[in-house]
Amino acid sequence: MLKTVIPFGPQHPVLPEPIHLTLTVEDEIITEAFPALGYIHRGLEKLVEIRDVHQMIQVVERVCGICSMIHAMCYCQGIEDIMGVEVPPRAEFLRVIWSEIHRMHSHLLWLGLFADSFGFESLFMQFWKIREKILDIDEATTGNRIIVSVNDIGGVRRDMNSEQLQWMRVELAEVETELKELGKTLLGDYTVKKRTVGKGVITKTQAYELGLAGPTLRASGVAQDMRMLGYAAFNQLAFEPVVETEGDCYSRSKIRFRELLQSIDLIRQAVAKIPPGEIKAKVRGRPDGETVSRVEQPRGELLYYIKANGTKNLDRLRIRTPTFANIPALLSMLPGMWLSDVPVIVLSIDPCISCTER
Amino acid sequence: MLKDIFPVSIDTVVGETAKIKVDGYRFVTISCTARDENTLEILYHFDKELRLKHLRLTVLKDTAVPSISAVYFAAFLVENEIQDLFGIHFEGLAIDYDRTLYLDEEVTFAPFCKYTVMKSLNEVDPSTPESGAMGKSKEL
Repeated sequence: MLKTVIPFGPQHPVLPEPIHLTLTVEDEIITEAFPALGYIHRGLEKLVEIRDVHQMIQVVERVCGICSMIHAMCYCQGIEDIMGVEVPPRAEFLRVIWSEIHRMHSHLLWLGLFADSFGFESLFMQFWKIREKILDIDEATTGNRIIVSVNDIGGVRRDMNSEQLQWMRVELAEVETELKELGKTLLGDYTVKKRTVGKGVITKTQAYELGLAGPTLRASGVAQDMRMLGYAAFNQLAFEPVVETEGDCYSRSKIRFRELLQSIDLIRQAVAKIPPGEIKAKVRGRPDGETVSRVEQPRGELLYYIKANGTKNLDRLRIRTPTFANIPALLSMLPGMWLSDVPVIVLSIDPCISCTER
Repeated sequence: MLKDIFPVSIDTVVGETAKIKVDGYRFVTISCTARDENTLEILYHFDKELRLKHLRLTVLKDTAVPSISAVYFAAFLVENEIQDLFGIHFEGLAIDYDRTLYLDEEVTFAPFCKYTVMKSLNEVDPSTPESGAMGKSKEL
């Protein structure tokens, strides 16, 4: 049969950020997919040569807007590890709360975009409507909707009073009710299942061998979540990773939906257990040594390799984001699928190209 | 601080990586650092049940490094990234972008090697095909 090569992206209605795929198709079945990057590489890691250890917090927050808080937390945890800084318990709980808020608005953003990828516009609109409430919580507690700038080396910059914490619980209860209602459509609707079940399947073995991360990994049956490391205050909360076994687009959306409810539960636990006290430890001196810091971003495992040399500038900052780990999976997910499935499958890994290229 | 780091050489890196895979480790990523003017340090990160293991390879800048993408296919992407940013050549890459993953074809210098400086615009000779604002670099 005649082979046709079709360019997909970098500009495509379904892609929030630019990535290019060269798709080889026979009839309308994909036989080969080849990704190309490089449209938004900024070289942010190199800024360590001119920005000092503290200024780099603002830089890493801008690696990705959607999970800015978690990038900064990962970076600060790395520097704190090198310098032996003990973060106050209250700050650890606040980090958990804000990181779960960020996970929620990222997953809600994705669920909307995912619904859009198969043409379910009203579902897209409803998820984004709920997301506004989460962004309101961000704004009320940090002063900003997306780039919240709450992390600092040694703790956090802002505190939450008890009224704010209780108000947040009430808001999240409303969000939970609305989500459960919407979940019936996302997980039970015939159209959604028709477009997602059995699409872009990755087996458990493939997922492990390809080094996948986050919901993409857990949807294939691997129970790995960096929150199991117990960083920040996660070691004081009841936590089990959300796992599905089918490894298809439907499983990946189910994981993210269930993680939304899990985040609400984690925030409730954190609000109930948050201790009084300081929110930031005093930090003296300059870091010297190397470390690897890992946290769970909405898209999966985020890794920072930090090498310091005792001066105000780091020797090296290397950021491995989850989308970078998940892109090789597209080479296995796409062959054998219909051309019309490409937007859904590409979206199912929740690609963040700003993160990937940095 | 970093623990479980094992030094490897160019001759042993692929073999050690294969052993790690047999032990059930998941490939995480590779980090590259410019150690000095002539030497680069490559750290391979692997994970098993949330525990990290690292292989450290120190190489001279112009040395070709064997790719581990035959063992862990996913490594091809980060090896291509290092090829772009540090100018190292990886031999036997599963998919080789030939230094165009992030960079344009005309870029010949390694932007992340901090011991590399770019020529300023007025130093550029427009008659040479490799020259240009992003073209040639001058090694310190």
